Amino acid sequence: MSEWISRHPELLVAGLKAGVLIFVLLTAVAYMVWFERKLIAHIQSRWGPYRVGPHGLLQPLADGLKFLFKEDIILTNVTSRFVYLFAPFLSLALALLAVAVIPFGPEEFELLGTRTGLYVADINVGLLFVLAVTSLGVYGVVLAGWSSNSKYPLLGGLRSAAQMISYELALTFAVVGVLLLAGTLSLREIVDGQSGTWAGFLPRWHVFPQFVAFVCFFVAGVAETNRTPFDLPEAESELVAGFHTEYSSLKFAMFFMAEYAHIITTSLLVTILFFGGWLSPFPDTAAWNFTRFLPSVLTAVLALLFFRDAFRLTNQYHRVLTFLICMGLAGLAFLLLHPTALVLAQGPFWLLAKTGMFLFVFVWTRATLPRFRYDQLMAFGWKLLVPLAVLNVFVTSFVVAWRAD
Amino acid sequence: MTFYEVTFYVLAVVALLSAILVITCRNPVHSAIFLVLTLLSVALIFLQLQAEFMAAVQIIVYIGGIMVLFLFVIMLVNLDVAVRQAPYNRQRWIAGFAALVLLAEFTLFIYQGRDWAKLPPAAAEAVQPNTELIGRALFQNYILPFEVASLLLLVAMVGAVLMAKQR
Repeated sequence: MSEWISRHPELLVAGLKAGVLIFVLLTAVAYMVWFERKLIAHIQSRWGPYRVGPHGLLQPLADGLKFLFKEDIILTNVTSRFVYLFAPFLSLALALLAVAVIPFGPEEFELLGTRTGLYVADINVGLLFVLAVTSLGVYGVVLAGWSSNSKYPLLGGLRSAAQMISYELALTFAVVGVLLLAGTLSLREIVDGQSGTWAGFLPRWHVFPQFVAFVCFFVAGVAETNRTPFDLPEAESELVAGFHTEYSSLKFAMFFMAEYAHIITTSLLVTILFFGGWLSPFPDTAAWNFTRFLPSVLTAVLALLFFRDAFRLTNQYHRVLTFLICMGLAGLAFLLLHPTALVLAQGPFWLLAKTGMFLFVFVWTRATLPRFRYDQLMAFGWKLLVPLAVLNVFVTSFVVAWRAD
Repeated sequence: MTFYEVTFYVLAVVALLSAILVITCRNPVHSAIFLVLTLLSVALIFLQLQAEFMAAVQIIVYIGGIMVLFLFVIMLVNLDVAVRQAPYNRQRWIAGFAALVLLAEFTLFIYQGRDWAKLPPAAAEAVQPNTELIGRALFQNYILPFEVASLLLLVAMVGAVLMAKQR
C-alpha cells in the first residue's frame, strides 16, 4: 500500500487538498450561519448572537455541540429505513463534492514533490461537473421527504423536486451564454478568458456582456438552494419544516450544513462565471501594483478593530479571546507580506472577497423578501426566467457568429 | 489486475447488479433508486473511458432530470396499493422462452459477424477535444438525424400536453 502511494504521490496530494478543503468548507458553513444570523439581526435592528464569545463568534461551536448532544430520534414507521438514514448523508456529501473543481487561484506550488494548483481537481468539463453534482442534490431532499412516511415531508419533497427541475433549466440556459463567449467548459480557462480590460479600466468580466444571464443564473441559483423567497420545500407556516421535519440531531444538522454549503458553492460559481473568479478588479499595470497589498492591509485593519474591542468589552473571557484573535490576525497580516504568500494569496483573496459579496446578497434577500406562492414560483420560473435565458442564448449566439465572420 | 481493470469490473458489477434489482424490487421507489445507481455506474464507466462530456451529460440529463421526474410521479401515485398488488408475472414461461430465442439469435449474429463487424481497436489516449468533437458530430455530420430526433420529442411533448388538457 505504502509503495503504491509512493508511486502515485498525486493521489496523496489530492487527498490532502480534499481534506483541507472540506475542513475549510465546513468551518465556512458554520460561520455562514453566524454571518446570516448577525446580518439579519442588524437589518432588523437587533444585535443577534452576542453571548457565546465576543460578538457571538463561538456561537457555531455551541450550536454544533448542541446538535451533537440532542436526542437522535430514528422513526420506526418510516417507509424505508435505509433511505431514511441515507438521505442526510447524501445531501451533505453532494453539497461538499461540488467544491472539488473550484479553482481558487492561478498560482502553482510544490507539494510532496508534485506541482499542483489551488484546486482539488482540474477537469476539463469542470462546469458540467458542478452542474451535475448540484442537479443530484435534489435526491437528498426528495428521498428524505418520501422516506419519512409523513405528509409534510412528502409535500416538501414533491415541491422541491418540481422546483429544482424547473429552475435547473433557467440555470443551464444562463450558463450557455457564458460558454458561448468563453468557448470552454473548464472553470480555470473560463476565468483566464476574463483577464484584461475594456477601454483600460473596465475588467473583461462576463457580467457586463452577459448581464441578463447573470441575473437569471443568480435567481435560479437562489431557487436551487431552496432559500427565501424560494424556500417552499420547507415553508414553516404550511409544512412545519418541510422535508426535514422528521429528522433530529446530527441528521438535521447535515441538511442544514448541506444548504449552507450549496449557498457557498453557488456564490463561488457566480463569481467564477461572471465576475472573473480570482482576477483582481484593478487593471494589471504598474500604477495599480499597490493593490497587491490589500489582503495584508485589510487583515491588519481587522486586527486593529479587534484590538479596539479588546479594551471595550466588559466580559473578561471575551477580552482575552478578542486579544488572541487580534494577535492571530496581526500575525497573518505580516505573513501575507512574505513574497511567496503575497503572490499565493492574491487569487483566493479576490475570489473570496467577491464570493462574500454574493453571500451577503443571499442573506440580504432572505431578510427582505417574503416567500413566493407556489403558482407564482412556477409562473416566474417557466414564463419569465426560462424565456429570458433562452433569448439571451439566441442574442449571444448571433453576436458570436457575427464576430466570427 | 491493474487499477484500471479493478475499477472497471467493480463498476460493471454494480451496474449489472443494480439493473437486476431494478426489476426485482417490489417497491417502485427502490427500483428508481437502483436505476439511478445503474445510470451512475455507467456514467463512471464513461468517465473511465475518458469521455468526460458523456459522463457529465449522462448524470445531468438522466439522473438529475429524468429520474427525478420518475421519483416525482412515483411519489404522487398511491404507493401502498401498488405494492400490495400481485405483479403481472403469469407469462413467466413465455417470457423465458422469448428470452432464450433472443439469446440464440444474438449469439448467432455475433458469431456470424465475428470477422467483418469487428470493433476498431480503442485509442490509447482520449479523443480530444472531447466536447468539441461531439458537438461537431451532432451539429455538422449528423445534423438531420439530430433534428429529426428533437422534432419527434417535441411532437411527443405536444401530444402529452394536448391529452392532459382535454381532461
